[in-house]
Amino acid sequence: MELRSYIIRRLLLLIPVLFGVTVFIFGITMLFSPIERVSLYVTDARQFTNIPALIETYGLDQPFFVQYGNWISQVFSGNLGWSRVVGMPVWDAIWHFLPTTLELAMFATPIIILMGIFLGTQAAAHKDRPLDHGTRVMAIFGWSLPTFWLGLILLMVFYGYFRGLLPPSRLSVPMELVVHSADFIRYTHINTIDAILNLNGAVFLDALRHLVLPVITLTVVQVAFIMRLMRSSMLESLGKGYVLTARAKGLAERVVINKHARRNALIPVITVGGYLFAAMVNGVVITETIFTFKGIGWWAWQAAVRLDIASVLGFALFNAVLFVLVNLVVDILYTRVDPRVRLGGVMQ
Amino acid sequence: MSDWKLMVRQLVKNPLSLAGIIIIVIFAFIAIFAPLIAPTPEGHRDPYMIPRDGYSATPRPPSEEHIFGTTEGQYDIFYGVIWGTRSAFHVGLVVIGIVLVTGIVLGSLAGYFGGLVDEIIMRITDIFLAFPPLILAMAIVAAMGPSLKSVMIALTVVSWPSYARLIRGDILQVREEDYIEASRGIGASNFRVIIRHALPNAIYPTLVMASLDIGAIVLAAAALSFLGLGAPEGYADWGQLTSFARNWIVGSSTNPLKYWFAVTIPGLFILFFVMGWNLLGDAFRDILDPRLARR
Repeated sequence: MELRSYIIRRLLLLIPVLFGVTVFIFGITMLFSPIERVSLYVTDARQFTNIPALIETYGLDQPFFVQYGNWISQVFSGNLGWSRVVGMPVWDAIWHFLPTTLELAMFATPIIILMGIFLGTQAAAHKDRPLDHGTRVMAIFGWSLPTFWLGLILLMVFYGYFRGLLPPSRLSVPMELVVHSADFIRYTHINTIDAILNLNGAVFLDALRHLVLPVITLTVVQVAFIMRLMRSSMLESLGKGYVLTARAKGLAERVVINKHARRNALIPVITVGGYLFAAMVNGVVITETIFTFKGIGWWAWQAAVRLDIASVLGFALFNAVLFVLVNLVVDILYTRVDPRVRLGGVMQ
Repeated sequence: MSDWKLMVRQLVKNPLSLAGIIIIVIFAFIAIFAPLIAPTPEGHRDPYMIPRDGYSATPRPPSEEHIFGTTEGQYDIFYGVIWGTRSAFHVGLVVIGIVLVTGIVLGSLAGYFGGLVDEIIMRITDIFLAFPPLILAMAIVAAMGPSLKSVMIALTVVSWPSYARLIRGDILQVREEDYIEASRGIGASNFRVIIRHALPNAIYPTLVMASLDIGAIVLAAAALSFLGLGAPEGYADWGQLTSFARNWIVGSSTNPLKYWFAVTIPGLFILFFVMGWNLLGDAFRDILDPRLARR
């Protein structure tokens, strides 16, 4: 019962934040002239032939809040404007590019979480011994790495030196043809999953081959982050009374660490779920750009470089809404796994 | 100030943070003496624009004349990375400076006065924190037009809210202390209480952490430059120098690593610069977090 009212209160608190976010985004568009802003409303390329009429319809010469009202009602009806770089409505472009990015995330997320937790546990269990120092240096190195540069180096070695072993882009040309042929049913537009559903081994392997480098690029920094967090959380947990009790009972060290200490140490890791999401979105833009892995990040980069403002802002708004929701889910999860967290005091 | 001495001693004793200090000092040295290390050619107007040796696209390998070689468009890599160190310090210091001032002013107002002021400032930070940082920065740069100035403004806009929150929290902690109460009691103005009593007792850790954030800010700026949203073409900037190599990751069929110098060198400078700050930051975190230091 208490949890339900907590969720309701949090959802209500979202309203002012999302209002602020939309006002802010719309404020950015005010840097542009009404003629440039027309693309925020267009849903069909043919509409561009009559720009003055569009300015009239959407009141682009009206005061700020009148325009904001018009715009937000468009947004609520699912119209985010026209994406010039790909020649389709922004909303369609998001759905068009999303599966590619989901495919990346689908492989990267488990690696980040599992490797981070495993390495962090090991580092804490071997505190101040070589393993701990080694992972510490690795972590500092990891989050100092410019990911865009790492991507280039990986390509230079695995695409250049090893003659196309792990190539950029999403599929090789012959497999691209297979995927777009009539026999290949694209259930999800996520190549690896579709390949399994179509029982097509060649496409599956080719898709995997193209995924290796982007996934490495995307995971390195985040693994380092989770690992360090897990380490300090584990150290805290190892100093607790229940760990002492477990050891005093004569339990094997492995059991003490994996069962008693680690389970409790995992709780703080959940709280960075929101951060992880943001880092992922950031990473996706850079990774997809380097590997011409044409997902939502690649599209956003194209839009930003070619000053396609409707796409850039549509993408920013989409991500802000997602990010806010992810944070909400994380907070709710946190209260579920750790009953000690009081549900009051949200405003702190 | 014995705290200071103790901290410095701890930092020098630890090999990792000592390495960090050395790296940062070397970079500072490079930045200060850039005109001596890589002299600007006669008649070249803006020293921050990398001199080019011809206009051919293909990078040329290291030679006596260009010790790190030239990258796409015949920009001299050595000159670019040396003067790029100045750009890096410039971006890092300016952004962190503005972020700190904004964060301190708004954070201490929110923490000290509480109530409505606090509510308004915190809800504003909520709005900015609702975006993944790089995405918001990209949108701002795209809207203002790509330039180094836009990058710096964008990074300031995305970074100040977390600092405002940090400082607010620190001020909240000291607000109820007796010495604050006492100075209020003898009639000190709010301004004086904040400046002379609350802030000096609250912001010390934040200040240290902020100065170490320079590495992260330079990394973000380099990423934006790499994406083509930063410095104008030919400006001495590590991120841009890296992006010049994008078309040259694959060499010839006989020598696949032919253009290694164009790909690796600028990135190495970014890596070491950021690593210097992170090495120092890691040690500071241990020192500042007494819960972990004891164990």
